[in-house]
Amino acid sequence: MSVVTAARRAKRLGTVTLVGIAMVAIIVLLTILSPIISPYDPIASNADQVLLGSSWEHWLGTDAYGRDVLSRTLEGGRFALLVSLLATSISVVVGTFVGTIAAYYEGWIDGAITRVLDALLAVPAILWLLLIVSVFGTGTWVIVVAISVVYSPAVARITRAAARPVLRSPYVVAAQSRGEMSLPILYREVIPNILDTILVEFAMRACWVILLVSTLSFLGFGVSPPTPDWGLMIQENRTALVVAPMGTLSPIIALSVLVVGLNLAADGLGKYFGVDRAMRGVA
Amino acid sequence: MIYVARRLLASVVTLFLASFFVFFAVQALPGDVAEQLLGQNATPEAVATLRAQLGLDQSVWVRYFDWLSSAVHGDLGTSLVSGESVAETLSTAFGHTLLIAIPAMIIGVTISVLLGVWAAARRGTKVDNTVSVLTLITMSIPEFVVATVLIIVFAIVIPIFPAVVLQGPSATFSDLLPALWLPIVTLVISMVAYIIRSTRSSTIDGLTTEYATAAELKGVKRRVVLFKHVLPTAMLPVLPVISINVAWLLGGVVVTETVFNYPGLGKLMIDSVSTRDLPVLQAIALLSACVYVLVNLAADLLALLLDPRQRTSRRRSSRPRPKPALEAKTSEVPT
Repeated sequence: MSVVTAARRAKRLGTVTLVGIAMVAIIVLLTILSPIISPYDPIASNADQVLLGSSWEHWLGTDAYGRDVLSRTLEGGRFALLVSLLATSISVVVGTFVGTIAAYYEGWIDGAITRVLDALLAVPAILWLLLIVSVFGTGTWVIVVAISVVYSPAVARITRAAARPVLRSPYVVAAQSRGEMSLPILYREVIPNILDTILVEFAMRACWVILLVSTLSFLGFGVSPPTPDWGLMIQENRTALVVAPMGTLSPIIALSVLVVGLNLAADGLGKYFGVDRAMRGVA
Repeated sequence: MIYVARRLLASVVTLFLASFFVFFAVQALPGDVAEQLLGQNATPEAVATLRAQLGLDQSVWVRYFDWLSSAVHGDLGTSLVSGESVAETLSTAFGHTLLIAIPAMIIGVTISVLLGVWAAARRGTKVDNTVSVLTLITMSIPEFVVATVLIIVFAIVIPIFPAVVLQGPSATFSDLLPALWLPIVTLVISMVAYIIRSTRSSTIDGLTTEYATAAELKGVKRRVVLFKHVLPTAMLPVLPVISINVAWLLGGVVVTETVFNYPGLGKLMIDSVSTRDLPVLQAIALLSACVYVLVNLAADLLALLLDPRQRTSRRRSSRPRPKPALEAKTSEVPT
């Protein structure tokens, strides 16, 4: 694909989508480049320079331990982004698999899977997470697996609903009458035709996962101090809000730019593919 | 009637499965639960006592059915930390949570339905755009940020509300009254976005139907068309969205209560995670599953009441089946 066709295709996505993608890209890039561009060591504390305001040395001031807020904000997205990317990918892959299988087999298999999904969705995500974290501790992998377990059922429900009409289409019936096996039918005929739904779902799910991970850090069950993390920074610095507001505001801004960007991208993609996002709850 | 019976049965099955998952998530605790809970310095006698107390000498299945049958009878065991009855601790906390959750639910649903209808009626105008931007922002900002901002504005800059609750679980209603408002506003803000969006989208669909156009051409006032002709049908697909948001208020409560130090269910949950008080955690998860199932059931029955089509023969395949909660709109494609 040449650069021109790529640009033309991108233009068709609409301004909103592109703005959203750009916002996400900026945050992701800054986070990746943070070890190079951070002016200071984000965990080096300095007892002489506590809660400073903005200055040429510290653009966004310092926090209660004298750590540079700009450096901490730049590096503070790493855990959330990494965990979210992994957890969202796992949820979408597992959810799509389970959802399409339920849709394909109908009957009692579908019924059983739906009941199980329903039961898993009956407990709010944050409650499941806290339950799992209190049993297995707060390791990075525990959190990734826990979020995947919590969000796969929700993805499965969406993909199941999206796959059902596709399964009645002539090309699937044709593949079935050719005697093809069920798994090849699923990944060759069904999944490519619900990719639009899956893509929109991925963007939306990523928003929720990032919010969930930050919430977990805020509550003290995510990364442990002194590692910089947006949720944790907001928790640590909010008591000093009146004295040094940037310590709380900058992680809030970074997080908001990322999530607003993802939401805009999800909205734009939804419109582009004709997948109505508004009708979905928060599952 | 058959539908209602089947729906009830499905709820019971869902609840049963949820209890199963909650119980076995905790049973998966690596190693010996008693040793884990007491830490490395525990004496063997203490471990043995706790093992007996937890019934660890019996098989998992026996323990599960014991737990479930006593839970059904209202006995949720005793807290590992305070030694008090979980059911009692839980009911006090749940009462406090309802004090903020019910007003938040009523205000939230009313505001969001009105805003959604308003945005739909003024589609493409400034009103619509403002509402869209507002929903986008409330969708993107986590609850703990909303709560923090509210504390800054209404407790520090303009000190009209207390920032946190100073009394513990024994707080009385009059102690809590001034501290209720900020948590309620936080919960409202965290729940409105999705309801506004789905109401708007559904009302726009409703306005393009033939009966709405006919009513408008007949000269019926726009407001009457909107509220009498369009809204009742438009609310049907919004009901599941409302029910899931209401049920999930219990999740939002965790963060909100922690920030405001409000002695409800969410605060109890966080405290129990820190102390690994598993019986309490299990009980909270089970309670929230009950709330979810009940709210969904209520929404489905309400849909039945609102939509006469759902009351007649529902097995005619030519008709799109009524959607279970949360199914994507794409499933409505005629098949």
